[in-house]
Amino acid sequence: MTATMTDTPPPAAPKAPAQAARSGRSLGQILMLVAGALLLVAAVRVITGANQLTSEGQVSAALALAVPIGLAGLAGLWSERSGVVNIGLEGMMILGTFGAGWIGWQTNPWLGLLCGIGFGVLGGLVHAVATITFGVDHIVSGVAVNLLALGTTQYLAKLFFTNGKAADAGGNPKQSPPVDSLPNVDVPGLSDGLKSLENHHWFLISDIAGILGGLVTDLSVVTLFAVLLFIGSWWLLWRTPFGLRLRSCGENPIAAESLGVNVYKYKYVAVAVSGGLAGLGGAFLALVTSHTYLESQTGGRGYIGLAAMIFGNWRPGGLAMGAGLFGYSDALQLRNGGQTVHALLLLLVVLLVGLAGWKLYRKAHWQGGISLMVGALVLVWYLVTDEVPSDFVGATPYVVTLLVLSLSAQRLRMPKADGMRYRKGQGK
Amino acid sequence: MKILYGMQQADEGTITVNGETVVFHNPADAIARGIGMVHQHFMLADNLTVLENVVLGAEKLHGIGTKARTKIKELSDAYGLNVRPDVLLEELGVADRQRVEILKVLYRGAKTLILDEPTAVLVPQEVDALFDNLRELKAEGLTVIFISHKLGEVLSVADEITVIRRGTTVGTVKPAGTTPKQLAELMVGSELPTPETEESTVTDVPLLKLDGLRLAQTDLDGVERIILDDITFTIHKGEVLGIAGVEGNGQSELVEAIMGIRDPDAGVISLDGTDISHAPTRHRRQAGVGYIPEDRHRHGLLLEAPLWENRMLGHVTERPNSRGQLLDIKAARTDTARIIEAYDVRTPGIDVTAASLSGGNQQKLIVGREMSHAPKLLIAAHPTRGVDVGAQAAIWDHIREARREGLAVLLVSADLDELIGLSDTLRVMYRGRLVADADPATITPEELGSAMTGAATGHLEHTEDDAR
Amino acid sequence: MNKLTQRIDKERLLLGIAAPVLAIVAALVVTALVILATGKNPGSAFSDMVTYGSASDSQVYILNKATTYYLAGVAVAIGFRMNLFNIGVDGQYRIAAFFAAVLGGALTAPGWIAIPLIILTAMATGALWAAIAGVLKVTRGVSEVISTIMLNSIATAIIAYLLQPGKLAELQSGGTVISTKPLPSSSYFFQINTGASGELWGFIVVAVVVGIAYWFVLGRTRFGFDLRTVGQSESAATASGVSVKKMIATSMVISGAVAGLIGMPTLLNDSHQFSNDFPTGIGFTGIAIALLGRNNPVGIALGALLWGFLERTTNHLEFEGYDKEILGVIQGVIVLCVVIAYELVRRYGLSRQQQRVGAELAAQAAAPTQKQEVA
Repeated sequence: MTATMTDTPPPAAPKAPAQAARSGRSLGQILMLVAGALLLVAAVRVITGANQLTSEGQVSAALALAVPIGLAGLAGLWSERSGVVNIGLEGMMILGTFGAGWIGWQTNPWLGLLCGIGFGVLGGLVHAVATITFGVDHIVSGVAVNLLALGTTQYLAKLFFTNGKAADAGGNPKQSPPVDSLPNVDVPGLSDGLKSLENHHWFLISDIAGILGGLVTDLSVVTLFAVLLFIGSWWLLWRTPFGLRLRSCGENPIAAESLGVNVYKYKYVAVAVSGGLAGLGGAFLALVTSHTYLESQTGGRGYIGLAAMIFGNWRPGGLAMGAGLFGYSDALQLRNGGQTVHALLLLLVVLLVGLAGWKLYRKAHWQGGISLMVGALVLVWYLVTDEVPSDFVGATPYVVTLLVLSLSAQRLRMPKADGMRYRKGQGK
Repeated sequence: MKILYGMQQADEGTITVNGETVVFHNPADAIARGIGMVHQHFMLADNLTVLENVVLGAEKLHGIGTKARTKIKELSDAYGLNVRPDVLLEELGVADRQRVEILKVLYRGAKTLILDEPTAVLVPQEVDALFDNLRELKAEGLTVIFISHKLGEVLSVADEITVIRRGTTVGTVKPAGTTPKQLAELMVGSELPTPETEESTVTDVPLLKLDGLRLAQTDLDGVERIILDDITFTIHKGEVLGIAGVEGNGQSELVEAIMGIRDPDAGVISLDGTDISHAPTRHRRQAGVGYIPEDRHRHGLLLEAPLWENRMLGHVTERPNSRGQLLDIKAARTDTARIIEAYDVRTPGIDVTAASLSGGNQQKLIVGREMSHAPKLLIAAHPTRGVDVGAQAAIWDHIREARREGLAVLLVSADLDELIGLSDTLRVMYRGRLVADADPATITPEELGSAMTGAATGHLEHTEDDAR
Repeated sequence: MNKLTQRIDKERLLLGIAAPVLAIVAALVVTALVILATGKNPGSAFSDMVTYGSASDSQVYILNKATTYYLAGVAVAIGFRMNLFNIGVDGQYRIAAFFAAVLGGALTAPGWIAIPLIILTAMATGALWAAIAGVLKVTRGVSEVISTIMLNSIATAIIAYLLQPGKLAELQSGGTVISTKPLPSSSYFFQINTGASGELWGFIVVAVVVGIAYWFVLGRTRFGFDLRTVGQSESAATASGVSVKKMIATSMVISGAVAGLIGMPTLLNDSHQFSNDFPTGIGFTGIAIALLGRNNPVGIALGALLWGFLERTTNHLEFEGYDKEILGVIQGVIVLCVVIAYELVRRYGLSRQQQRVGAELAAQAAAPTQKQEVA
């Protein structure tokens, strides 16, 4: 199976009584990493003068775009933890955008949200039937779901948005009439204070102020809901019997079956939830990011969500970090992207040089050499240009995704039976 | 056993538990009746902890937190199982995993335990420990159904023995009045095949020489694990070198290193004078290395391809499979038919998929394929695993015949009788090193077993006191 | 024994067509239901499609479209045979066509030099773009599904950047179309004049050659055997001596090279330039057709023709009062149904074969005196 995964190294001879080899880092290590990253980014900002790098607006936009990516990643996590690879996330997101726009403009955005989730669940069920009941290869089924979702929404949009009331309200085959907004929240008092701190442009302090400001100002309720979903998913999957059974379906479904777990049921639930979460992500795009259903508004975020899931090692915490990273790069095109991306080039140079040093220290000469060379090229690009052309800024999230996936260490541990075509009664 | 455990439904007949007729539609029904199954292939999830593996499906009994942990420790102490609840399963060795499986059924309040081939992967000393556990369970009033084909073990631990052959009960005997030979004849119904061999065919021309082979692997945590440590041996033409060892001590990796699937860190492998230590697998095959893999489904066959395509697998660059860059399908098909005839592969034709053949016939096809390219060296890893008795005898015959013609054979097996019967030289592998050697003519399985667990090293001498 | 092999072949053939036929029937049913739900008459829609579609100018149009789609299907199928999902065919063909068009516009050499150069450039660019994903997979283990999709978007960005007046493109007369410098007429690929029905693109010849090469290489060469082995079982392939990593990289490159050809019919036979309305999305069509045709060269051809037919006829439906977007629904349903149907048919076929093998063996065992003649 060539699903969404790296190869884990083959198991070695029996281990000596060893420590628990968990693939996460300790809390201390994570804090150190975060602190280091902050310092680095702050330094780059001061050197390049690209104040947008850590501005409240940028971070706010990053969070807003991290939500659909994060929800897509969470959707992928639910599905893959039960052993079903879900490439059809993009299609389920599209269904979500359509459902939200369609019902949203006719009634109110809350119902639109529900409808978006519902449409996503429908898409999830189609994928579930194909893979679980009929045993179709998971990736093939996902691709088929994407095709079907796209075709269906295009058709329905043509049907519902071209005539009559819809057309009068501003609809056309490529978009729905606008939907009312959902409420936003602020943390009173904090936002203003942080904003003024940020405007001083002091090294590190203003950066932290900008980042914090972005995280607490002008949050959509759906964002809060998404955060709750993340925490809820973690608790459900790792702290309850339901979650244990679901995860066992993704690790060793035959063993689970032998213990009386109804594997089919859990897989169905997981994939349906997965569809719903993706639908919610789509609904977010339609209702919060833009206020209408627009054809192609998902822009590949379903796949970026999968990348975030891999980056997060199939755990909600890491996934959230990955989504934040990708959301940040996605938001760049909205806010004076050219200069900010240009500044990021310098950051990339620093990271590449650091990587080169590390690889050479570990005697991986080839890899170190290549990193150094690429770092030099990027440095030249940085020095020669003033800003990155807008066409390329739009491609930043995709380049970042590729880079992140390529550089992620092989410490990944995907659910052992992910992608396996399970059939009842296979056990010996 | 699948029917007894509810994983399959019977067409006819009844099951009675404690005088009551019952029907099991799924494992949950069987568990509810106090029947617990310890499978031969462990039903455990590597990425979950022991606690999670044990409580899965039985979360209502004691929850999934502290209460469950306490209960597990209680059971572990009561039956001497030595199980730690918060260890990740992939860190446990085979014998420990089996104890987790036993704990799983005890946790669910099983009163009847079914153990399916439990000693298949254990050395004699671990088997003794397991039997002690079983006797303790018996003392507590539990019932144990012990499925095995190892007659000596069955006779030593059972109170009553039932023999099943070809899906029918053949007889029930008491161990006190039965000899192993009688039992065996009940099982097979005819004369048993023996792997005993006649005069020696060993020449003094070395064919495969391994010198100081070393393989290490750095795992995810940066810890270096030594998989093969200074492996040195020579196999001469006409010689069978048998390697005994519990699975997981480096035998698979040794075979892969010789085949070229793994790259050794140090050391020299030479075949008939040529250094092949880092040669690609294909070159080694073309140079005359035949390979019977231990897992034929994963490494030896394309299950959904027809037999004639499977005949080409591994030798597609050689005649008769291809001429130059193009395949010679006609010749391959004709040759496949010849192999089927010569090696008695029971199949209606050469266009059926490999998956439709039984395990024994699949293995015979593989043996036939490998022998058809006149190998100089044959690597046979567990060649009769999962193979019926008739096919097993046939495969032993083919190996012996090839030996007579000067073939060198590296035999890796967990079947001690097979090893002792077929080998000219015996080595024992433990933790990646060759720790002992023995004379197959005189050694017993028990003596071999103690070396396999590291309890004995050096040249193993057979003493009369060790005879059971 | 011979009878059994014969029977197996006939039954396999039947099973082989059963799935796509089932899928198409299912799609027709779903489409009919959808049209009914909108209050229109499915019957007249279908009959319109059939009459319009079988007109001779439609046939030429369908063949032309099918040429492009066939190449897309083969490109994807090469990956599928290796169990690789080259979703990046979409970006590969566009970036290949772009650079080929730029080169073609700049060349002043005679046709018999220029055209092969253009085609080679396209193949090389497509191969290179696919190689990025292949190398990432082999060295870093990055899933080719995600990396190729990312590369698609990056290709779009690169083309958007370069396809601007002053860079590698120019503004055409009329001021609405931006394109690369048009190819000189000497670089036009030949066409077959069918009279009133229109011009049949000569590139169909190349497509047929590619199809034959695909069949031959995969089924009749050692390389093809190795490739199919890796696709069926990586572990068996490694044990048999194939370098899986090299195979993955090689087949991605070949798939990309064929993908590069996808834009050539349009470039050399139709538009003769790369403009901002160059056809998009053909990569996904290729995936659908490869799935429908089950990676078989003839099956893919039939799938390509079907797709061309559907496109032509649903376009016309728009004028009859229906929605042409129904095409997307039909296509989606066909793909979904066909993958399900193939799976069902495969399972049925396997269990049937095991049954029959068992029965044959039992019969043989019961008649040990007959010596069977084998193949």
